[in-house]
Amino acid sequence: MTLELRDVVIRAQGGAPLFPPTSLVAGPGEIATIIGPSGIGKSTLLDAIGGHLTQGFALEGRILLDGRDLCGLPAEARRVGLMFQDSVLFPHLSVGDNLAFGLARNVRGRAARRRAVDEALEAAGLAGLYDRDPATLSGGQRSRAALMRTLLAEPHALLLDEPFSKLDVALRAEMRAFTFEHIRQRNIPALMVTHDVADAEAAAGPVIDLAPSQVQTSRK
Amino acid sequence: MRSRAGDGRLLRGAVLGVVIAGILLPILAGFWETSRASFGLLPAIGASEVSLAPWRELAEMPGLATSLRLTLVTGVGATLLSLLLAIGFCAAVHGRLSQRAGGRILTPFLAAPHAAMAIGLAFLLSPSGWIARAFAPVLGWDRPPMLATVNDPWGGALILGLMVKEVPFLLLVILSALSQLPVRAHLTAGRSLGYGRGIVWIKVIMPQVWPLIRLPVMVVLAYALSAVDMALILGPSNPPTLAVMLLRLFSDPDLSRILPASAGALLQGALVALAFAALFALERLVRAAGLWWLRRGGRGVTAEPGLRLATWFTGALMALGALAMASLLLWSLAWRWPWPALLPESWSLRAWSTPGSGWGAALATTVILAAGSTAAALALAIAWLEGEDRAGMRRGGWASALIYLPLLVPQIAFLYGLNVAFLRLGVSGDLAAVVWAHTLFVFPYVMIALSDPWRALDRRLLRAAGSLGAGPWRRLFAVKLPILLTPILTAAAIGVAVSVAQYLPTLFIGAGRVASLTTEAVTLSSSSDRRITGVYATLQAGLPFLAYAAAFAIPAFMHRNRRALTSEGIA
Repeated sequence: MTLELRDVVIRAQGGAPLFPPTSLVAGPGEIATIIGPSGIGKSTLLDAIGGHLTQGFALEGRILLDGRDLCGLPAEARRVGLMFQDSVLFPHLSVGDNLAFGLARNVRGRAARRRAVDEALEAAGLAGLYDRDPATLSGGQRSRAALMRTLLAEPHALLLDEPFSKLDVALRAEMRAFTFEHIRQRNIPALMVTHDVADAEAAAGPVIDLAPSQVQTSRK
Repeated sequence: MRSRAGDGRLLRGAVLGVVIAGILLPILAGFWETSRASFGLLPAIGASEVSLAPWRELAEMPGLATSLRLTLVTGVGATLLSLLLAIGFCAAVHGRLSQRAGGRILTPFLAAPHAAMAIGLAFLLSPSGWIARAFAPVLGWDRPPMLATVNDPWGGALILGLMVKEVPFLLLVILSALSQLPVRAHLTAGRSLGYGRGIVWIKVIMPQVWPLIRLPVMVVLAYALSAVDMALILGPSNPPTLAVMLLRLFSDPDLSRILPASAGALLQGALVALAFAALFALERLVRAAGLWWLRRGGRGVTAEPGLRLATWFTGALMALGALAMASLLLWSLAWRWPWPALLPESWSLRAWSTPGSGWGAALATTVILAAGSTAAALALAIAWLEGEDRAGMRRGGWASALIYLPLLVPQIAFLYGLNVAFLRLGVSGDLAAVVWAHTLFVFPYVMIALSDPWRALDRRLLRAAGSLGAGPWRRLFAVKLPILLTPILTAAAIGVAVSVAQYLPTLFIGAGRVASLTTEAVTLSSSSDRRITGVYATLQAGLPFLAYAAAFAIPAFMHRNRRALTSEGIA
């Protein structure tokens, strides 16, 4: 599985492009890192790939996942997973039901689905917490539950938007290792936005700087 | 993406079509029929000659000038006084009263229908009421004093009644506006520049609050100028306010009186329009004067005594409202309650024991009307908001105006004309037609209550759901609606309260054949048996209370193990 951007440009409603045309290829199990000054549109780029671009932004160029052009597809049909700074678990569902919401449709039967969720909980060190209120989990537990929910949907690519920045330093390294290990295990491409040099080093993939390379325009 | 936005536009277009056909067209049709009748055209009663006679007849009505003066004094007076009190109270208690706590205190006052509150106040204020009884031993009254404390010719009781209902409404509106402003920072900044607390409120905070509360204030103004049920119960009776005078003309056995009544209905509409124009002019004037005052930089005198006065008055109004509600229940349970005892001498359930005598059927009708109109309004509001989400569109000013329209147009100005249109279609007096007429007034409140929480929903939850493969319908039913359960049920409770309170729509569109708790309570309020009236008014006030209690209890139970949805509260 490969995620490929070809000359991608995003404009805000007929305005100038947010960043120069950007291309990159992330192969199976490869974690590419996007850096750049804040406000340049890193998160907007992830939105565009995931299909969550808000009204008022226009996308140019092509986004390919396994050779399939994603542009024009609704978010739910893209099979692109999303990890946020906060874990964004659904507050009205229990931890287990959050995972069950994510679990792909092709796992059929009540027992089988329950088993898949329980296994994912166990893999995340959350065994036995199916019925827990997500609001009562610790930060690390929440992040792991969110990752499991994303992975259970069997995404073909993963987008990470500063996924570890809200965790404290000790937890950050652990969560980073946990996340990257799962991405490599699944052999899916991933794209990560981060400000943390340690993240980029651990990812060990291509690094793309969105900042205009030659003349620094006075962007406020 | 493009097809999704198209989808949304389609859904939104469909909802808009329903709203225009269901709200805008009927109001226009009502005005059209009213105008025709005011110029002598009402074929249903054989009037078919265009003339100015109805207007002449209206102008020659005895007491019309007094009626107009009373309407202006009570309507404008109640609105201005309510606004002053609400602003002063908010300035005094802000920071000590959160929006949530405020909402909880104000809910009972908002839930109580106008008619029930008016009946309770009449029990309280009348010469034989609780207040007079409390003073009797002190002042040595051995019989109820001969004072016109209710239905007084100056409209004092009516102003008081309107204020008991409108001050809590304005308080809620202002508190919610304040929660959108950085009040604390502005207060600190202002006070560090040497301005007193009250002066910062007047010079800095209020000018920011006003644009956020202008529409609700206009709703209050339109209501106060054209209220029928409260004016019937508390207002002066001879001559009465314009709206009551028109109601009498409309229900006169002499059908030809409908023609001058229609002219009067248009006059009522013009009166409200004029009041709006005056409000805008006043706004301009105050803005100019305020800027002049602001630029002079005077640190001004302290406003503390004014604030304290407003707090005190607001507290007194609320105590009055609470006592009025209590007296409803007490009278319904009283048997012998002689002057000047403060509590009944003997109690009885007799008034409650005979639902067959009328209140059973009226209760059932009221429940059907409330459930039907609230369900319809809720479905419409959710479809509208979801359509906006899918189309990725913001709401335009014209759409907000459309939502508010039924609350800004006086009911009596178009409801009779609407009934004439319904007569022509053969649906007048139909229960379904009354449900629809209620929806006309329930929908705006439901829409207003639901819009902010709906937009405040964390969009990332929806993105997360989308990236997990959930399509728009699953996102709506599995994520949005369950998370928004509390605001949805709150909106429903508001809807029930609005529907239960409707008097004129039930009376006119029901063609007098649909008897709800409200229409019965208003009719009974002029009768002598306070016990029976107490039963109807208690039930009338009880239904909205139940709805609010359910809106509180159901999410508390469903989300009992979901801290993020209970402690901080989504909305």
